[in-house]
Amino acid sequence: MEKTWNNKAWFLVLPVLVLVAFSAVIPLMTVVNYSVQDTFGNNVFFWAGTEWFEELLSSDRFWQAMVRNLVFSFIILAIEIPLGIFIALNMPKKGWGVPVCLVLMALPLLIPWNVVGTIWQVFGRVDIGLLGYSLRSLGFDYNYVNDPYDAWVTVILMDIWHWTSLVVLLCYAGLVSIPDAYYQAAKIDGASRWAIFRYIQLPKMQRVLLIAVLLRFMDSFMIYTEPFVVTGGGPGNSTTFLSIDLVKIAIGQFDLGPAAAMSIVYFLIVLMMSWVFYTVMTNYDSGV
Amino acid sequence: MARLDETAADRRNGPFMRQSQSSAETQIANATLARKMRRRGEESRFWWLVPTIYIIFLMLPIYWLVNMSFKTNQEILGAFSPWPKNPTIANYMVIFTDPSWYKGYINSIIYVVMNTVISVAVALPAAYAFSRYRFLGDKHLFFWLLTNRMAPPAVFALPFFQLYSAFGLIDTHIAVALAHCLFNVPLAVWILEGFMSGVPKEIDETAYIDGYSFPRFFVKIFMPLIASGIGVAAFFTFMFSWVELLLARTLTTTDAKPIAAVMTRTVSAAGMDWGVLAAAGVLTIIPGALVIWFVRNYIAKGFALGRV
Repeated sequence: MEKTWNNKAWFLVLPVLVLVAFSAVIPLMTVVNYSVQDTFGNNVFFWAGTEWFEELLSSDRFWQAMVRNLVFSFIILAIEIPLGIFIALNMPKKGWGVPVCLVLMALPLLIPWNVVGTIWQVFGRVDIGLLGYSLRSLGFDYNYVNDPYDAWVTVILMDIWHWTSLVVLLCYAGLVSIPDAYYQAAKIDGASRWAIFRYIQLPKMQRVLLIAVLLRFMDSFMIYTEPFVVTGGGPGNSTTFLSIDLVKIAIGQFDLGPAAAMSIVYFLIVLMMSWVFYTVMTNYDSGV
Repeated sequence: MARLDETAADRRNGPFMRQSQSSAETQIANATLARKMRRRGEESRFWWLVPTIYIIFLMLPIYWLVNMSFKTNQEILGAFSPWPKNPTIANYMVIFTDPSWYKGYINSIIYVVMNTVISVAVALPAAYAFSRYRFLGDKHLFFWLLTNRMAPPAVFALPFFQLYSAFGLIDTHIAVALAHCLFNVPLAVWILEGFMSGVPKEIDETAYIDGYSFPRFFVKIFMPLIASGIGVAAFFTFMFSWVELLLARTLTTTDAKPIAAVMTRTVSAAGMDWGVLAAAGVLTIIPGALVIWFVRNYIAKGFALGRV
């Protein structure tokens, strides 16, 4: 659509601007402020320069949390995206099954995140949980409280349970928007099931898949509540992801300087990814 | 499902189909044939298997929570049983009679509704501006809004606490509602902009020629046209405000404490009252399930825009 050049449109944007500035810019400036200062309490601050940033970037703790978080993001992407596509391909396209599937599948998305954590905390317990108890009965030495490996399995399984539906719904929306003519053309050519997927459905889902990958990547990169409730970051530090570590430093230890420096580095990483996301999206929109 | 069946039929009938592609009529005949075969259900007998298995996987943990909520603590910790032997609603009665529990639900609903109303109200004019006009810095502004959707709440927890303390807003519903605007306003703008761009500009121009003022046109003509978009935006703002805990917990202490935060406190303090915990969890699922049911026909549309 051709848009008119009109700077008065700023007045329409003004409420949003004021509101978001209040809840985004001011807090962000506070963080910047803290990141370059040191304090010994009593609201007395000293200029610390880049000290906190140097400390952060050379600390093993930060990089370990970062690596854990990246590994976690890649594992859940590698499972959720193909699984989501596969389920979306097998969803009913019409009839009573559609609303039933949509509602049931969307349900985990609307459960408060700490309740998701609670559900899995209970579900995985070896004494009272169905999952933990069954695995124990089958002879597995499963215990997510003590074993880092089991804790990871539980957290990943929980994330799959929680968010695969998002991928399914996105892919499903992409699939139902494919016109019938494409399938009829494929039929005339005698295309195989695989060929239809590879040359019709996959290209048509490209846009929603891109969104799904980026959303899942960014959301898993800032995951906090669910693993915190299930494992509390443990055992040891084995499931301490970036957000959990940040909240530990900021609220738990009240180390303003290091927490602020970490917030900024963290935020810049997310900002970079958002920029990639935005550029790819807008190019895609204008290119097609 | 229809298409998948057709493709399954294609694989089998491929050569036959190729021979008979001579005219449009035969194609249509083939399509009808394929549809008839599908109706007989020969090749689509197992399509439901995948969604069913997936839904069972989704429902098992929820079932377990519901199951526990109807048991007494002795039964939960005692012999392992897949369903309650002596179903009891005592756990639910604890929640409905104890103010520190049921107030949590009221608090949550108050700030979620406040947030939904604020977000959609301010997002409407902004989305209109983005969808209709080009103005100085519009693209930068849009990107900046988007970054707030992507910002990790953990980054904002501490500064929010200090900011709202300075304004004396800690432990009020409006504080949480405003804090959630951080990610919900950009989201609402994004969704609404998508829906508004689908409305032809000629409608605006015709209305102005007919003598409508901007506010009157917007409320009387434009908003009914994008009603489904407003519904989708309201749904997603509701959803993200409802599920968020980190900011809501940081900004409240007692008077505005959300149910989700009440739950975490009870887990650590009161020993493990598993039955009540499970009942509280089940009750947090219900509002979400209700909302989904009402907007089920719009969800796919909202996702199709890819603007979540």
